[in-house]
Amino acid sequence: MKARLNRRSAITRLGGAIAGLFTLSAARAAKAAVQQMFVASGAPKDYDPSKHKWLMCIDVNRCIGCGLCVEACKKENGVPEGPYFRTWIERYIITKPEPGSGKTRGETLVDSPNGGMHGFPPPPVPKDQVEHSFFVPKLCNLCEHSPCVQVCPVGATFDAPDGAVLIDPKYCIGCGFCIQACPYGCRFLSPVTHTAEKCTLCYHRITRGLKPACVEICPTQARIFGDLKNAGPDDPIRKFYENNRVQVLKPHLGTEPRVLYAGLDKEVR
Amino acid sequence: MTNEMTNLVVEVLPRFEGYVYPNEGIPHPLWGFLIVIYPYITGLVAGAFIMASLVRVFKVKALEPVYRLSMLTALSFLLCATLPLLFHLGHPERCYEIMMTPHLTSPMAIFGFVYAWYLMAVLLLELWFDYRQDLVEWAKVTRGFKGIVYRAFTLGVTDESYEALALDAKMGWILSIVGIPSAFLLHGYVGFIFGSIKANPWWGNVLMPIIFILSAIVSGIALCTFNYMVLTWIRRHTVDMRCLDTMAMFLFYALVVDAAVEALDWIHRIYAAEEGFSVLKTMIREKLFYTLNLGQATTGTLIPWLLLGSLQLLRKRVPEPIRRRMIFASAFMILIGVLAMRWNVVIGGQLFSKSLRGVMGYKLEFAGVEGWLMGLVLLSLPFIILTVLVKLFLSERLPSSEHTPQDSVAAEV
Repeated sequence: MKARLNRRSAITRLGGAIAGLFTLSAARAAKAAVQQMFVASGAPKDYDPSKHKWLMCIDVNRCIGCGLCVEACKKENGVPEGPYFRTWIERYIITKPEPGSGKTRGETLVDSPNGGMHGFPPPPVPKDQVEHSFFVPKLCNLCEHSPCVQVCPVGATFDAPDGAVLIDPKYCIGCGFCIQACPYGCRFLSPVTHTAEKCTLCYHRITRGLKPACVEICPTQARIFGDLKNAGPDDPIRKFYENNRVQVLKPHLGTEPRVLYAGLDKEVR
Repeated sequence: MTNEMTNLVVEVLPRFEGYVYPNEGIPHPLWGFLIVIYPYITGLVAGAFIMASLVRVFKVKALEPVYRLSMLTALSFLLCATLPLLFHLGHPERCYEIMMTPHLTSPMAIFGFVYAWYLMAVLLLELWFDYRQDLVEWAKVTRGFKGIVYRAFTLGVTDESYEALALDAKMGWILSIVGIPSAFLLHGYVGFIFGSIKANPWWGNVLMPIIFILSAIVSGIALCTFNYMVLTWIRRHTVDMRCLDTMAMFLFYALVVDAAVEALDWIHRIYAAEEGFSVLKTMIREKLFYTLNLGQATTGTLIPWLLLGSLQLLRKRVPEPIRRRMIFASAFMILIGVLAMRWNVVIGGQLFSKSLRGVMGYKLEFAGVEGWLMGLVLLSLPFIILTVLVKLFLSERLPSSEHTPQDSVAAEV
């Protein structure tokens, strides 16, 4: 029997093709949901990410640049030796302007030797020439609109409902696109796993009721960590909000970071 | 032991000036020479296809001698286009995930589909419809392995009736029409992979896809000119000067448009002088001095522009042998210049810190996955494939069916 192409059969075939397309997208969504269940995040099984919203605040005026947070992070998360950091500390030294130069400030010198893990050497300029000097701890900025999540070709990097930006190491293909897309230099390609890595807020700890290692060890409480969905009126994160005006890094990029800084200078990028 | 230690320190010490984020202090850029080659090859594919479309869609009869060579060039380069990407992955064995579970907001994820579409739905199909009649003829007269290849490629469709040939011509024409936007999409998308990265002021630019498409067209026409001249030289044929002059003309106009848009990009960057401008100035003056000023601007644009431009004005006064040499030199220099342009984009974008306070260095290694030896192998591979394809499908010994893309059947369509 010869199949004839008429209007009826054409409409039927077209309808079938469209239905097929819809089924395909539903199947993809179902697969993504299944993957979400089995994703390697390090959280315990009874942890419900929809009941939390994690936030990190940093009081720049409190940081003394001791580097304990960097060391704790490296040890806690098994971060490889060398230029690979999930968190680091930058030192800013802003010198006084030359008299009569008409400038508000002099040169800005920035350094972070070995991520600030072992502290900092003496300033490269005499103390009487220093106008401002401060330390800025850096980590994943937990962007609301994460460029890294947007560009990942396989969806190995994803926004968890609790605000953490995570990477599934079993899924990452190691293309490095997310590393290029992160404006803050927070990601690196691990020489051990050959996948992208970054700060997870110590997800294996926070999902068990503990604080991230860097927050736990900070001797001056420069890092304040909290859960916005479960913060009482006396929670440190609420107090921080009440007492400070906050800023984010590179706000012009529209990434809406949820790592908030108090006491930031315009030189910090 | 001491030597070993010293070497290790030299190897590990990152070369940078100023302040770079600690994670940026790695010895080599994350995307190395392989990622320079990737947009270069993809651009050559798109450009070679556009060149072929000039014959089929825009009916430029003078270019008919290079139609099939252009199509085969596009195919041989397209077959190698994803290799550099694959080799640079941290986990190449997971590459299929890009197609299986694509993340739809990622330019890189969609590239897999654009590539597959272009290879399967455009290039291979168009070549098949174009070659079908010849394949049937060749299958009848050729024995041995080649005969089996031709018979296999007919896919069992041996109908040579007038209606069947008319359908071939019609399908070829339709695929060519579909192919032009597809070629633009293929390479525009590669440009978008870089242009969409707002974190990087060297890349994040709305003009990036346009610049990539235009430079692709320039490089593709240059490659077809180069291949045509080399092939005629190998076969001791005389060059069809009408064809060569027409190619030179298209090459010149494409180069003018490309240079104009790239200049517009630079004028905008200099005039706007946004946040990252001072570090970009360092790039032009120091880090990319040779590849940008000498490679891309002088060798790849200015000299060919002058050579080809003078030919447009004084074509009749320049003797043929000199014209041939001028066109060949221009095509070759453009090929070098576009490679330098890809280098400047890909490597240049990783030679400064995203803190905009420091710059990094990069020295291309000889061996290793990202070394220039590997790059040379990957750049040679398409030419090896093209040689095989030319032997199979553009051989002088094969009887021709006198079939051209604009024969009588096509004209009726």
